Amino acid sequence: MSPFTLIKIALKALLRNRMRTFLSVLGIVIGVAAVIAMVAMGEGSRISIKEQMTAMGSNAIIIMPNRDRRGGVQQESTSELLEEADIIAIRENATYINGVSPMMTVGGQAIVGNNNSPTTLSGISADYLKIRNYEIEDGVMFDDVTDRMSKVCVIGQTVVKNLFPEGDPIGKTIRYKNIPLKVIGTLKAKGSGDFGQDNDDVIFTPYQTVMRRFSATTNIRQIFANSIGEGYAEKATEEIMGILKERRGWTKPVDPFRVFTQEEMIQTITSTSDMISLVLTIIAGISLFVGGIGIMNIMYVSVTERTKEIGLRMAIGARGKDIMFQFLFESVIISLLGGVIGIALGIAASEIVKIAFNMPMSVSVTSVIVSFAVCFATGVFFGWYPARKASRLDPIEALRFE
Amino acid sequence: MGDETVHALRGVSFDIYPGEFVTIMGTSGSGKSTMLNILGCMDKPTSGEYILDGQHTEKLKRDALAKIRSKKLGFVFQSYNLLSRTTAIENVELPLLYNSSVSAAERHRRAIEALKMVGLESRMNHLPNQLSGGQQQRVAIARALVNDPVIILADEATGNLDTRTSYEIMMIFQELNRQGKTIAFVTHEPDIATFSGRTITLRDGLLKKDVKNENVQDAKAAFEALPPPETFEEE
Repeated sequence: MSPFTLIKIALKALLRNRMRTFLSVLGIVIGVAAVIAMVAMGEGSRISIKEQMTAMGSNAIIIMPNRDRRGGVQQESTSELLEEADIIAIRENATYINGVSPMMTVGGQAIVGNNNSPTTLSGISADYLKIRNYEIEDGVMFDDVTDRMSKVCVIGQTVVKNLFPEGDPIGKTIRYKNIPLKVIGTLKAKGSGDFGQDNDDVIFTPYQTVMRRFSATTNIRQIFANSIGEGYAEKATEEIMGILKERRGWTKPVDPFRVFTQEEMIQTITSTSDMISLVLTIIAGISLFVGGIGIMNIMYVSVTERTKEIGLRMAIGARGKDIMFQFLFESVIISLLGGVIGIALGIAASEIVKIAFNMPMSVSVTSVIVSFAVCFATGVFFGWYPARKASRLDPIEALRFE
Repeated sequence: MGDETVHALRGVSFDIYPGEFVTIMGTSGSGKSTMLNILGCMDKPTSGEYILDGQHTEKLKRDALAKIRSKKLGFVFQSYNLLSRTTAIENVELPLLYNSSVSAAERHRRAIEALKMVGLESRMNHLPNQLSGGQQQRVAIARALVNDPVIILADEATGNLDTRTSYEIMMIFQELNRQGKTIAFVTHEPDIATFSGRTITLRDGLLKKDVKNENVQDAKAAFEALPPPETFEEE
């Protein structure tokens, strides 16, 4: 009997029991849709983390002093403070570094007339823009040498919107902690990340200005740098640490500074999110398995119910094989139908979640293909035993079945 | 079944020749069902041989027997065994589905032809539950004819029908026999046996009688001789 005819027979049998078919299909639909949505969620968060990191600046490295352990039994300090001379030394001597900048933050309100904006003031050097992938939209960026300690700032688009609703902020003055800062440039919008922070809610000013006028300190809390390319993070880190140690004549086995590379951070975050999505996918997979058991159950009922039909078909010339494939096709059709609908539903659900809850979702082609293949395997696996049982019936016994 | 060995048939030997209409009679337990199962290649004799259309069948495997059933045999059952929710023509086409050398168009043509032979071509798109018992059995006969078998095997084919309808069915069998079809018809009703040319009687697994029927009744005449269907007239 040709496969085409067998498919037609299987379809007819499924259509005869619409409700039953629908419920069996539903079991698979739910399983597949759950798998697709869960994988989309995991994939979405992975991509969003990647984007986040790229927005932070490609190949960024952050250096900060070791946590200060006060009041402990520590005998020797393993912590050193960072200072301006470190920046200059790194900039002049490091070869695996594209740019380096301090990061000194001051909390407060930026005020212009009746408008205010609760934006953190960041003291940086001009390199910071290329480290973090910021670009100037209007005006100019300040210069580390000529604008040293001068009361100027460059602001992001959110600050422009909050403080200068009429636009045209260049040349105007912002008051931050009662100190006037003249706006000399604006930054192109970068948009917000999914961690909630707004990359455009920034006010940049020369770090010397912060040291001198805002925090009255020469200590630098963080240094941002970026390596010359992907894969150079480790070399760049070693090099920076070498320069910093050499300047201090540091010989202790413990490094005086902590270094975070972007690659490490990506690994940490993605390994967590991978774990979560793996667990969710396994749960979804279990529901697909339960759907498969549903198919097996219904196929058993179907075989028992149609024992007489099987007997008749055998009496008029059907071979065991023909009967086997007839039932196997039924279960495969159920599972593939469930797969197709489930994939569609999973994609739809992912899109709805994306829009309604603003969550990063990304349906991967791989998950669609794998789901489809798994459905086929489910149909064959769970349909196999009932189909074989049908194919091995004795036609005489089967015909006598009531 | 159990551990006890039951010899349903012992030392039974006979030939059926092309064009014969044979009835096989016997009470329940006489072995006539076993006989029919062997004739129908649904069962194999534990010893002895069965040669169908020149071919030994005792040593054939399941699939080979299925092929013989598909090409050389036609079955008519007591309880019709039509597929429910499947039209008459689809039921008739069924045996040809298992013969891949027959195309869909050929299948359809032959099914219509078979339905014409039993006078049901006008009902070919009816479902079994829209047909009377007699009509359902006629569809079943068409189904047994459609693969042009070397022998048609009928198992109590009139057992579920009233006398009038039984005779109508026997008319069809006699007509088919006149056209050259070989028929083996299992029954326990003596009046049905009178419509056949030869009667084999089994008892307790033994061949008791194998007689040529010198006085074959004509089913059509017998049908016309029956009293008209009861009508309820007020007196």
